[in-house]
Amino acid sequence: MASQEQLSAIKRAKVLMVGAGGIGCELLKTLALSGFQDIHIIDMDTIEVSNLNRQFLFRQSHVGQSKAKASTFTGILQAFSLVARDAVLRFRPNISITPYHANVKESRFNVDFFKEFDVVLNGLDNLDARRHVNRLCLAADIPLVESGTTGFLGQVTVHLKGKTECYECQPKPAPKTYPVCTITSTPSKFVHCIVWAKDLLFAKLFGDKNQENDLNVRSSDTANSSEHSEDVFECRKDEDIERYGRRIYDHVFGHNIEVALSNEETKDVLPEKQTKENGNKEKGCAADDVSAMVSLSLKNPQDIWNLVENSRVFLEALRLFFLKREKDIGNLTFDKDDQLAVEFVTAAANIRASSFGIPLHSLFEAKGIAGNIVHAVATTNAIIAGLIVIEAIKVLQKDNNNYRMTYCLEHPSRKLLLMPVEPYEPNRSCYVCSETPVSLEVNTQRSKLRDFVEKIIKAKLGMNFPLIMQGASILYEVGEDLEEDMVAIYAANLEKALSELPSPVTCGSVLTVEDLQQEFSCSINIKHREEFDEEKEPDGMLLSGWVEAPVDKDNNKPIGNDESTSNALPSGETLEGEKDDEIQETSEVVEAFTGKKRKLSEVSEVTAPDPSGPSSINQNKPKKLDIDDEADELIISDDWESLTKKKKL
Amino acid sequence: MDGEELTEQETALYDRQIRVWGADAQRRLSKSHILVCGLKGTVAEFCKNIVLAGVGSVTLVDDRVVTDESLPANFLILPHENHYNGKTLAEVCCDSLKEFNPMVHVAVETGDISTFGVEFFEKFDAVIISCCSLGKKKLINQKCRKLSKRVAFYTVECRGSCGEMFVDLQDYKYSKKKLEETIECQIEYPSFEEAISVPWRALPRRVSKLYFAMRVIEQFEDVEGRNPGETSIADRLGVLKLRKELCETNSLDESQIPDALLERLLTDTREFPPVCAIIGGILGQEVIKAISGKGDPLKNFFFFDAMDGKGLIEDISGPSTRS
Repeated sequence: MASQEQLSAIKRAKVLMVGAGGIGCELLKTLALSGFQDIHIIDMDTIEVSNLNRQFLFRQSHVGQSKAKASTFTGILQAFSLVARDAVLRFRPNISITPYHANVKESRFNVDFFKEFDVVLNGLDNLDARRHVNRLCLAADIPLVESGTTGFLGQVTVHLKGKTECYECQPKPAPKTYPVCTITSTPSKFVHCIVWAKDLLFAKLFGDKNQENDLNVRSSDTANSSEHSEDVFECRKDEDIERYGRRIYDHVFGHNIEVALSNEETKDVLPEKQTKENGNKEKGCAADDVSAMVSLSLKNPQDIWNLVENSRVFLEALRLFFLKREKDIGNLTFDKDDQLAVEFVTAAANIRASSFGIPLHSLFEAKGIAGNIVHAVATTNAIIAGLIVIEAIKVLQKDNNNYRMTYCLEHPSRKLLLMPVEPYEPNRSCYVCSETPVSLEVNTQRSKLRDFVEKIIKAKLGMNFPLIMQGASILYEVGEDLEEDMVAIYAANLEKALSELPSPVTCGSVLTVEDLQQEFSCSINIKHREEFDEEKEPDGMLLSGWVEAPVDKDNNKPIGNDESTSNALPSGETLEGEKDDEIQETSEVVEAFTGKKRKLSEVSEVTAPDPSGPSSINQNKPKKLDIDDEADELIISDDWESLTKKKKL
Repeated sequence: MDGEELTEQETALYDRQIRVWGADAQRRLSKSHILVCGLKGTVAEFCKNIVLAGVGSVTLVDDRVVTDESLPANFLILPHENHYNGKTLAEVCCDSLKEFNPMVHVAVETGDISTFGVEFFEKFDAVIISCCSLGKKKLINQKCRKLSKRVAFYTVECRGSCGEMFVDLQDYKYSKKKLEETIECQIEYPSFEEAISVPWRALPRRVSKLYFAMRVIEQFEDVEGRNPGETSIADRLGVLKLRKELCETNSLDESQIPDALLERLLTDTREFPPVCAIIGGILGQEVIKAISGKGDPLKNFFFFDAMDGKGLIEDISGPSTRS
């Protein structure tokens, strides 16, 4: 048990947990058992069935209707934070747990809020939120213990302002995106087909019609080029759904559906379906329970359907959308919990894959890819939670010399399954904690302020409510108490090219950008550049000095698996052919493990201890590792190496 | 496996973990039967993990009556008197575990399992024991080994900021994918008795000091007839004396079992919840691996010390079973 001093420190502590999901449940339980008495939790999610395999504080009875069905739900969506609290109070009734069912980015969770705590423990699942909390902890000067898990891998890191790296000192791989042409014309992997099916076809047919969509770029050039795409995808007046479905099929897949179907079965597809339709399956079927698999009696989501089955699912799913969910059409976005959407996307991706000689995948696999599902088990979360609490206790005791980052490995490295490493000193080039300026190359005469704000300030620099100044002039800001005329000026500014702003931004300009909520400020040096490569630099802007993992050749134009804020880790791409293999590609969860002062060029999208490890670990180390000499030389197992080889440039 | 599909309910519930180890492994888990004896905090964690993972059944053995002492590290015990009054640890934990996953059958077995016949153990695929004497550990291990069916055997002990786990999978064969190929692997495990009989001087130079320290305390309890876990700082002198004797017999330098380490183990006798979570997690993973046949099982000891934060594997086996 903890010593007396530890126990007093624990009892007095006020702890903030951000995120109450997988790690959160285990963490809350372990904190409560360890004697913590004042715990606050912020979490915005509600409970789903797929959470129950590891989030043991939740029960089947807590599960409400899925988020996709929220518009017609009858169940009660139970908030993580509230349920977790009640569950823990059952075995520790006398402690105080304060839940906030909210997004941590809300303005009430400002620096003053964070200052109330002795330590902040993150159990989040997305990069955005982590960066936000990182900045608040820096501004409030409160220690942050970060963590993450994927499958059997996990890590815990400790961040103290001025003493260790902040969460953003090390590069975090950005969500994977793919060039337009790969998606529209030259797919070579199944994930390309999924992206096409989800972000192009599904979006075109069921999403916002006003959104730009690259679907019109066809792989085969046999289409009549004078045919307007709008006409093609719209269901014509008096056109029956079956006909429409076949027409769409013919159009997008570039071949006749009859030919595709006639290969396998002698029976005609449609009449068979119609008899089934007349049966009981559709009776009493709420709009939300509609499923093509059910109507086609395809029971196992792990089966890989053949081309005929995929075609049937495609048509049936399309038909069911129009028949049963007509009101959703035009405003749907893909949701992994929307069964019909998953079926449609799986079928469409498979049919496309088949045309390109890419292996087909089951619904189960397709769902994982399309939904960026992070595979997860209770054990890793439990281990990580234990490690978090150990570090939290050290933080409370200000045990400065003993903080550790700990990596939980799937395969032992030099006998170690749990590998402790000393934290690194702050990265002096970190634009977040060391206030180093960044540089932006941009065509100041062409690029508008709006692009700068959306693509650089928000997307790359992670600021949510920016204030942009040049010298003493404010070019743009967001806020609740702005005067109307200022709001109008800023709105007008957004549409202007940088060089045409009231305070012109040209080569050599220095902009100061702040996010008042994060209390974070950054300087940007502007450099003018005339030309940008459309494929490689589609934004027409290049940010440097901003620490990002280097891109590999696929990471260009932003058509890709969306990293929505509620999603788990970016890019749950399964390595091709390794369907049930142990190591999936992770991103920020397990970071590269190298020496302190890495050059950007050495940084790679590696998710394992860096194979070049030994020499760089020993160099530049501020203090001696608290480990045997033996452990300094890491032997990386074969699996890691093969994985990292695939990921290097 | 034999073509039995997972139910829709199972597929939905286990979705995230099926993505880790596959549907096949999940099926094997759902048919497995686990015996657990000695329900302290670490084992409670372990039970939670395997119940969530969806094993077929968990049988709990612990006839000790619940007291205030049992509460601290065991979250399966709800502190309301009505809940635990007069009940045994096994009974109380059983009720709580059932809630985590209604698809898992959780039951209680009473009695001293070291008196049970070999056929009792045949019902199980894995046996996990904790809080028991050296003699009992060896005995149960032997019973598992006598069966023609392979019954995996594990022991686990946590004291303060340290934890130890032992694995015996006997003669274990499994296959794994390496890049594009499937390779067959085979590991031979020593029994607990065989492992701890390996002369200390025959062990690799840098074996964890925790291994030796745990053996000293284990021996002490055995020789003095103490209940497991009852040795405390009051026994310091006796323990140090025993250490001296053992080191002499084994030609091991006493500095390999530092005073400070032994004192820590004797002072913090109770379990520390974060360590329970860690060891319970590692143990859970190991049992899941052994039952599903997926993944390299560890051989054969695992140690964790919160002081240095290392979780390491030691292979303590004689020459015939050394990897």
